[in-house]
Amino acid sequence: MEFLVVLVVLAAVILFVTAPLRRPAGASPEAKPADANLAELEAAREAKYRELRDAELDHRTGKLSDADYEQLDHTLRGEAIAIMHDIDRATIDPQ
Amino acid sequence: MALIGRALLIMALGTAGFGIGASIHGARTGRREWVDAGRRSVYALAALATLAFAILEDAFFRSDFSFNVVAAHSSTTTPTFYKLAAAWSSQEGSLLLWVFLLSLWSSLILFLVRNRAREIVPYATAVLLGFAVFFTSLAVFWANPFTTSANPPAEGAGLDPLLLHPTMMIHPPMLYSGYTLLTIPFAFAVGALITGRLGAEWISLTRRFALAAWLFLGIGILLGALWSYTELGWGGYWAWDPVENAALMPWLCITAFIHSVMIQEKRGMLKVWNVSLVLGAGTLSILGTFLVRSGILDSIHAFGASTLGVPFVILLAVMVMGSIALIVWRRRQLRSDARLESLLSREAVFLFQNLVLVGMVFVIFWVTFFPLISEALTGTKVSVGPPAFEPFIVPLALILVLLSGIGPIIAWRRVTVANLRRNFALPVAAGLVTLFVLLFWPGGPSSRPFALIMFALAGFVLTSVVQELCRGVAARRAMTHDPVPLALVGLIRRNRRRYGGYTVHAGLAVLLVGVAASSSFQHSQDVILSPGQKAHVDGYTIRYVRPVESVSSQKISFGAVLNVTKGGKHVTTVTTTRNFYPSQNQADGLIGKFFDTSNADSEVGLDQNLRRNIWTVINAQPTPLASLINQGNNVFAAYAPQVMTKAAKLPPAQAASAMNTLWAYRDAAVSEIARRFVTNPWPTEFLLIVAPLVSWIWLGALIIGLGGLIALWPVPSFARRRARVASPARPPAPPRLPVREPV
Repeated sequence: MEFLVVLVVLAAVILFVTAPLRRPAGASPEAKPADANLAELEAAREAKYRELRDAELDHRTGKLSDADYEQLDHTLRGEAIAIMHDIDRATIDPQ
Repeated sequence: MALIGRALLIMALGTAGFGIGASIHGARTGRREWVDAGRRSVYALAALATLAFAILEDAFFRSDFSFNVVAAHSSTTTPTFYKLAAAWSSQEGSLLLWVFLLSLWSSLILFLVRNRAREIVPYATAVLLGFAVFFTSLAVFWANPFTTSANPPAEGAGLDPLLLHPTMMIHPPMLYSGYTLLTIPFAFAVGALITGRLGAEWISLTRRFALAAWLFLGIGILLGALWSYTELGWGGYWAWDPVENAALMPWLCITAFIHSVMIQEKRGMLKVWNVSLVLGAGTLSILGTFLVRSGILDSIHAFGASTLGVPFVILLAVMVMGSIALIVWRRRQLRSDARLESLLSREAVFLFQNLVLVGMVFVIFWVTFFPLISEALTGTKVSVGPPAFEPFIVPLALILVLLSGIGPIIAWRRVTVANLRRNFALPVAAGLVTLFVLLFWPGGPSSRPFALIMFALAGFVLTSVVQELCRGVAARRAMTHDPVPLALVGLIRRNRRRYGGYTVHAGLAVLLVGVAASSSFQHSQDVILSPGQKAHVDGYTIRYVRPVESVSSQKISFGAVLNVTKGGKHVTTVTTTRNFYPSQNQADGLIGKFFDTSNADSEVGLDQNLRRNIWTVINAQPTPLASLINQGNNVFAAYAPQVMTKAAKLPPAQAASAMNTLWAYRDAAVSEIARRFVTNPWPTEFLLIVAPLVSWIWLGALIIGLGGLIALWPVPSFARRRARVASPARPPAPPRLPVREPV
């Protein structure tokens, strides 16, 4: 009985693990370097947004003066726009 | 069931091995189906490890002594609650627990990132499965939990009495969860280094797992301290034991990473540093497991000692050398994108805090391993204790607390002198007021400079955190006009990382105040008292009222009821006991086995509140009973074989009755001998401690845990929606930046 259970579990594991290998050829899209570039840019954009929000909160809680905040916000927005342009370029021309 | 368990482990090993091959093949050829097969191997591994672990737990639950591990670590008299925990008190069970937890966390991360980071993930999968292969191999070939005995004993050896404590149900799984969670950032860092994808993505994928590892390890460390304080009978919560240090080092390392990674996310700086911290924390997590399991250093965790040193040393060498090689190989891509603009910025504070934390790790590592280093160099194993750590750790801890107060009130990038003055005025004033009040307080802490500085710094930190919360709430209210509680909740919900972190800083200050006060102003006395006698500790009078004893099938307990008064007024009554568990050594005799002093633990008598703890422990020894115990041994040594011989010739029912009568006489004799502790009490040794603010340590830890949960909780969708951009499938949309919304 125990031996039978082992065989059933073994069969189930083999079927489950190798299921993707039994798919028709070309069914799975290949990973492209462009996708990875885009993902990295999107992660960078998220981080830049967080930085913008943090700067805003620092300003509102008095850690940044108006002048410093204006300058920092301008710089950060410039950096964010640059990242978004990179994302646009990566979207239009994945190569 | 043992056969199924063994087969499951072998299948797990095969599945993990296949998964490594499939993942690497998929990564190198770009064939997604192989990568998917690799990921499915992790899921299958999780299922197999779960089944195997369930079979082992079931064997412990049923007291199936045909499993060698059950016979060695449990017994029929072990409470059910602890039978389940007994699995990970054994070498074999703890290795299986490692594989089980690793497979669960690995499955979770791979499920969450199944459509992301397609270049990094296959390599990360291979690394995670590499760890699984290592630990499963140990479980299959070195310490198999499913080995059985053809002639199982009628009774097991029982669980180590020191582990009969509620925290032991949770402490090891928490630590192991922390260790296994640390392998996830490690694996993704390796994947990022191999693929050269060293931007923000691998960090965003694994940051939450790093935070979870930090939280679980922290809970594990705290529970270990609580166990030490209430179970080990020495009166302390931290002994700088190698196994304690083994958990603290990766925790400090990942604490540094959680801070410094923000600099990389925001500024693209410290890439080498962050990768090194993650790889270091992952390696230290394996080192932690190695220290518990190898027994190479003398530790209170002697129950974990074994001979698994060599495989662990090989794995550690591979991890260290591989990490260094990868970092050197990718050194160009790891260059910083920006430079530190000012030393008066949060980045600079984080950087300095990182240096302090890593400095602590180096000190702890060096001193912990000094006995081994000294033995290798001089042939003599030098023992080290708290005095070797404290001259370095205490000043570093003070700097750390100072920085944890500065961090929340200083801005990113740069600050002006006017802003510094505005933000620092109140916290610095609070710190100075605390300092001067305590300095001139009659009988205050002026004689202990480190404690005094710690209290002042804690005042600074707590004020800076409260100030930040008040200003944040005021800023939010200015925009939303919400009432204060609603504004506070809204502020924290929208800025969980920030305010979770601040809560952790406040908790750290509270915790370290507890540590400084309880270690600097503790009063303790080792006394020998007879019933009716008293001792005086820090103004408290502690009277030994009466002895108590109890006998059960699990243990014999000798205890004392102690009455505590101060200035003639009753304060509390506490009871402390020393428990003796039956030994399995036949040489101890049929009576002596119940009075085995090497198989004993203590229950402390504790009265605690936020101001002070009164901690007492009895160290009762059955030495005065030795002649009675010997007499009993002799009587039963002569009598028992006769009964057994006669019983062997009787029908089963009568034989059982005869044996039950014999055991009833034995139990009566044991009870009568134990009763002498009450009827003819002898002077007994006590350790009595009065220490201030110990509860602040547990309170601080709870606050830290709360802060960790706040930071770990997923960001609500409304806070993320501004970050959305047009789908890559659509034509590019004009850049949309965050609009100013309520903070």
